[in-house]
Amino acid sequence: MTETATEPTIPAVDRVIIRFAGDSGDGMQLTGDRFTSASAMHGNDLATFPDYPAEIRAPAGTLAGVSAFQVQISDHDIMTPGDAPDVLVAMNPAALKSDLDRLASGGTVIINRDTFEERNLAKAGYDYNPLEKGDDLKGFRVISVPMTSLTKEACKELGVKPRDADRSKNFFALGLVSWMYSRPVKPTMDWIDAKFGGRDLVVAANKAAFGAGHIYGETAELGDQRVIVKAAPLESGTYTNVNGNTALAWGLIAGGQLSGLPIFLGSYPITPATDILHELAKHKAFGVTTFQAEDEIAAIGSALGASYGGHLGVTSTSGPGVALKGETLGLAVSLELPLIVINIQRGGPSTGLPTKTEAADLLMAMYGRHGESPMPILAPRTSVDCFDVAIEACRIALEHRTPVMVLSDGYLANGTEPWRLPDVDSLPPIKVTYTTEFNHKNADGEDEYWPYLRDENLVRSMAIPGTPDLMHRIGGIEKEDGSGNISYDPTNHAKMVEIRAERIQRIKVPDLEVVGDPDADVLILGWGSTWGAITSALGRLRKDGHRIAHAHLTHLNPFPANLGEVLQNRTHVIIPEMNLGQLATLIRAEFLVDAKSVSKVSGQPFTAGELETKIVEMTTGEAQQ
Amino acid sequence: MTAIMDNEVVPETKRADWQSDQEVRWCPGCGDYSILTALQLLMPDLGVRRENTVFVSGIGCAARLPYYMNTYGMHSIHGRAPAIATGLAMARPDLDVWVIGGDGDMLSIGGNHLIHALRRNINVNILLLNNQIYGLTKGQFSPTSEAGKVTKSSPAGLIAEPFNPVSLALGAEASFVARTHDLDRKHMQEMFRRAYEHDGASLVEVYQNCNVFNDGAFSTITKKDVRDDMLIDLRHGERIQFGSEGQYGVVRRDGGVEIANVADVGLEALLVHDETRQDPSTAFALSRLAAGPTTPTPIGVFRAAHRVEYGSAMASQVAEVAAESGKGDIASLLRSQPTWEV
Repeated sequence: MTETATEPTIPAVDRVIIRFAGDSGDGMQLTGDRFTSASAMHGNDLATFPDYPAEIRAPAGTLAGVSAFQVQISDHDIMTPGDAPDVLVAMNPAALKSDLDRLASGGTVIINRDTFEERNLAKAGYDYNPLEKGDDLKGFRVISVPMTSLTKEACKELGVKPRDADRSKNFFALGLVSWMYSRPVKPTMDWIDAKFGGRDLVVAANKAAFGAGHIYGETAELGDQRVIVKAAPLESGTYTNVNGNTALAWGLIAGGQLSGLPIFLGSYPITPATDILHELAKHKAFGVTTFQAEDEIAAIGSALGASYGGHLGVTSTSGPGVALKGETLGLAVSLELPLIVINIQRGGPSTGLPTKTEAADLLMAMYGRHGESPMPILAPRTSVDCFDVAIEACRIALEHRTPVMVLSDGYLANGTEPWRLPDVDSLPPIKVTYTTEFNHKNADGEDEYWPYLRDENLVRSMAIPGTPDLMHRIGGIEKEDGSGNISYDPTNHAKMVEIRAERIQRIKVPDLEVVGDPDADVLILGWGSTWGAITSALGRLRKDGHRIAHAHLTHLNPFPANLGEVLQNRTHVIIPEMNLGQLATLIRAEFLVDAKSVSKVSGQPFTAGELETKIVEMTTGEAQQ
Repeated sequence: MTAIMDNEVVPETKRADWQSDQEVRWCPGCGDYSILTALQLLMPDLGVRRENTVFVSGIGCAARLPYYMNTYGMHSIHGRAPAIATGLAMARPDLDVWVIGGDGDMLSIGGNHLIHALRRNINVNILLLNNQIYGLTKGQFSPTSEAGKVTKSSPAGLIAEPFNPVSLALGAEASFVARTHDLDRKHMQEMFRRAYEHDGASLVEVYQNCNVFNDGAFSTITKKDVRDDMLIDLRHGERIQFGSEGQYGVVRRDGGVEIANVADVGLEALLVHDETRQDPSTAFALSRLAAGPTTPTPIGVFRAAHRVEYGSAMASQVAEVAAESGKGDIASLLRSQPTWEV
């Protein structure tokens, strides 16, 4: 095994999409992750898409148990994990059956031949062996490798039991694919040492399996398969590979540091949001407290209690959890306290598709509470953007004393991309002011404290417990504006409802940027994680001579002030969303614009290709060939 | 228990200092008045600061109490006060956090939060004002209403058996559980003080009369002329003995406890109350002596045992990590996964 990444004779391609697919127990996520890391170190641009089932271990060998990891690596700037894979690694018949139709025509499928025996074939629903019969593999380049037996063979001399050796077969696949794409070897070897250090046999077995895969490539006359994807000309700086949930957690920590407030996360485990709890639990050194509550309601309740005490309360969850938190959100709106709700959206309703992505909670975020109960809504567009959006959420929550909803999704949460690390010293501080002195005089001229006295942005005064003299009571019952005392007065209630609406509208939001051909007749308006697919699709369409404008919303409430203007004078306003047209509904209602939606609700993100086709169809009335 | 610094001089206060300017709006004759008075009179004696005191409540008649205390306070939503108070107490260990709620609020809609606050032993003082009825919604049965009770929502009689709040709290691993009633201010104050002094979660069940929808629910045991024979006053380190002549007592029997005539069993046979016992079995057995407030019923501190307090344990974890790894630095955090230079 040698460092092969720099051998000059290997032909270069500009990008490649690889999909590792196997049984849930086959370690495909880890394999994909290692391939990604090695590619990142090599300097490629990349994007990943882990795609796994809800069951931890569905019955082995079944279609339900297939776990896949797709990664696109390139020598140029890319925005998505790619449409159709060029290479499919299928570790068992079920993986082949479930993912073969994704493969690009003429693509390569690498198969672990050892698993294609009667029992596994039957579990996958084959009544024949596609390696021997049928047309399934017609038109594809098939590399059929006895990975299990070669791995066992490689481990034999090490004294590893055959059953244990079997577990290392994913490293064989990784070794083979690493050879095919000339990935550097050392990062993976180092990683094996670090990860399995102390378990010498496991280290040895994994390294042996990786080596055997690598050597297989060299010796099995696969030379014509071998290509290189050169490093992308990325802007200089320090990079790391990050997924959305990690970036979001780090953004919250940064928000805490920028505001000088301790972060309190109240959370209840729920897919695909739990990793935020895991990540924040590690960072007590930043004054972060994490509290795994008894349920979703206690999670947000405890966060609100911490905010009331002057900390920054955060709660992280997914759609079903937000539904449970609804009443407390109403209380937070009424109390006008800072609070951040992270919703990592997944397929719904109900349990739905816990591990699959969807973005169908926009209207719930906007309207899903009792009474007139507005709150700001933010949506990150990429995994890396989760960092900035989390800081923006902290800023709005604290400076405007309001609950803020962040709508990320399963695709951003788990997908990774390289991140050029920002200069954290340049991040502007978040201003938090608590009242410490009387702010009102009563009719007799005596000093009083009025918790609902407001500034020019309609942000109320806030004195936290422990502040001498300013003792006061707040509650969910309607309050008199100013004094905050209980008030059932009809005109006061009407006034308070309007203030709560107006104060959200007064939040300053950056103008919406229009990219591509800004004054084109066709506008694609997006929000959230569709950014990558839209940007890729429009890149291709512009190359083909289409003139199209693209605007992408991060702030969904309030909308940017120039949104109405951006929508004007377009022949077509097209809104791709992973729901049945929720943003389109809002846009049509608010701006009386004939916006058309492009929906996808299959639990999978948009591909650039399908958006490209759809946009051409909708703007020219012709189906694209 | 509060975190007042040693040697800190807390200004003296009077009852009036603890009364807010808000008009008290319970029905005339409600047991809540005497509970409020007991609290407002006790506070000056505790030597605490008003600004460091917070009352958190949910929804219900009892939950209006924070409005009447001149402290910080939050009147939140139905059942959630223990959860909100948990976050507040964890974030701000310097505060005295009190939770006020009724039997519907704490045992029905908020039951989950109550048991987990007790289990974690978070430092909050929970006053459960039990009137065995839903008052604010005008008279439906509650989770503490007796079986057979006829209410607007159980016209043919309530089918289910009630919770015994003391048993429930002990089952939830509560480290401090007490019971008192609204006709005995001195006893209430003693229980509230003990709850305040306890390090960890404390639950005080207060039998509270709702004179509109469930009048006299506790009068069989709490009225002055019957109290001696009907209330069993638990005192740490003392024999459990009651009755106008001290003629009754509590003895162990068949793994539980029961009431006996002292004349029959002799003084020496009486159980000596030990509230600090780690094993809650005896406290639980005592809580089962009366099925409802109609037969001789124990009041006082059932359990006051030492357990690790959640908030301070969490705070020391945070402090330990911070001491080990130093103050967090965002730039290094962003570089905590593998990085590469371009």
